[in-house]
Amino acid sequence: MTAHGADGSDTGRARSLVDLIDRRGSEILTSWVQLQVTSDHVHGASRDQVTITERSEAVLGALREGLATSGRAHDPVGPEFEPLRALIADNARRGARQGAAPEEIAHGLFALRDALFGAMQAEDLESGALNDAAVTSAQLIDALALLSFDVYVRGREEVILRQNQQLMELSTPVVRLWDGIVAVPLVGTLDSARAQVVMETLLQSIVDEHAQVAILDITGVPTVDTLVAQHLLKTVTATRLMGADCIISGIRPQTAQTIVQLGIDLAEIVTRATLADALVTAIARVTPGPDGDVTAGR
Amino acid sequence: MTGFIGAESETLPLMITSDVVHARRRVRERAMAVGLDLVSQTKIVTAASELARNTVIYGGGGQLHIDVVTDDTSVRPRVGLRITFVDEGPGIADLDRAMTGGWSSGTGLGLGLPGSQRLVHEFDIASTPGQGTRITAVLWRRDP
Amino acid sequence: MSRVHIVQVGSVLVATLGDELDDESALGLQTDIGERVVRSRGAGVLLDISALDIVDSFICRVLGDTAKVVRVLGAEVAIVGMRPAVAITLVELGLPLDGVTTALTLDAGMAALTRIAAARKRGDASPRTGTLR
Repeated sequence: MTAHGADGSDTGRARSLVDLIDRRGSEILTSWVQLQVTSDHVHGASRDQVTITERSEAVLGALREGLATSGRAHDPVGPEFEPLRALIADNARRGARQGAAPEEIAHGLFALRDALFGAMQAEDLESGALNDAAVTSAQLIDALALLSFDVYVRGREEVILRQNQQLMELSTPVVRLWDGIVAVPLVGTLDSARAQVVMETLLQSIVDEHAQVAILDITGVPTVDTLVAQHLLKTVTATRLMGADCIISGIRPQTAQTIVQLGIDLAEIVTRATLADALVTAIARVTPGPDGDVTAGR
Repeated sequence: MTGFIGAESETLPLMITSDVVHARRRVRERAMAVGLDLVSQTKIVTAASELARNTVIYGGGGQLHIDVVTDDTSVRPRVGLRITFVDEGPGIADLDRAMTGGWSSGTGLGLGLPGSQRLVHEFDIASTPGQGTRITAVLWRRDP
Repeated sequence: MSRVHIVQVGSVLVATLGDELDDESALGLQTDIGERVVRSRGAGVLLDISALDIVDSFICRVLGDTAKVVRVLGAEVAIVGMRPAVAITLVELGLPLDGVTTALTLDAGMAALTRIAAARKRGDASPRTGTLR
């Protein structure tokens, strides 16, 4: 083996790793894939050897390219290592979404390190050079493992947040009170985010149930701030735009004040003191009148 | 280093009105790819449609750039889609009026800029009469 | 799909809009619908926008103008099938589509047309149908 890293420079180390991969690429790949497939940390579907081989080959190639074009070995930063980082991140993100355990994510990279060590040992280097090469590749892999873990953790957080969002949606119950009438009885604090979810859920339920009237009952909501009041108004407007109607029931005096202060034309929104009152109005609206066609419920 | 890598920037021409349809489609696809929920997708595609039409009809033609952007500065890092409209047209003479006007008679007079602004989280407009206009809009993904 | 697909159902014309509406096809739409209204001796018109995943100010104007054209030709018109996301966005944009009746489904739309026609006969100036009080 020619002077590799013997000059002690980072470029030299990068060069030797590139040489190593060029010379022993296929055995590194085989060994790496083997370690991943047989590992206790890898479960079920992710054991698919073809996929693992493809992905591993891509990573190894990107690693080689990054080292070759950057001439750096100690840290995989910079545009030359972008493709490698992208592959590592994709893998971690996929793992997070699929609910993989953290060890699975880390193991893949540590297995690469072992495969590289194996190849270095087969090269029969003198101990100083071997040590140097091992330390370099370890530093590199560690940096990649950190990146991988970072992406994985963010990915898991995303999954959890999305599940929270779904929980929020589930906790916005829509009740079909009558033919053509749906109601959303809200309980608890209503913040802007929840109000948005309520609006979307209510509108979707109007489509699903072919409802002509939607009742938004806020009896169980202690306070409504201006932002939420605006959301309520938008909900009413959007409902009308779609061709249905929306009644807001259970408005408390403070909330009424908020709405008035917002300068909203009260003629624009239909309100009732209780859900029951709203239901009576709604039924009159959807019931065909004496002419056989639906009246305006006046 | 963020976790969102490989965010390609793409550029579409906005020269004829059929380019507007194409721009809508591309923005929709990118919005879906970045994970925006349906309502957010609809908002940014609608804003893109408004602004793209402006570029074609009033700006004498121009371009749309679509990027994925990330923001690591806030407590919770967020991801968003950014659309940028550039033209070298006559520019907007009275920017203040354009940004407060809206659709006064409800029939599409004016550029609809305030409306588009309401649809997105960040809206930036720079215009020099005689030189051109550049409008940037960002919609962040809604994470509860 | 550009322009519009028109089908007659009883005394109602159902015009289904495609989502690739540009300037040219917008004018074509009004012409097509106008001709059919005249040919069908003033049947009501339902503008079905259920295929539209967005409605911007241009499309709003097209819808509004088309509605006016239909009314001038002596027929009633209603817009049906607005998607929730579209409704939410239009509210934000500030384009309430004033003066045009909307309905959720084709059935509801037909009922709405009957209602508006009856109201006009009674002499109501601008029947805002289905208004609760």
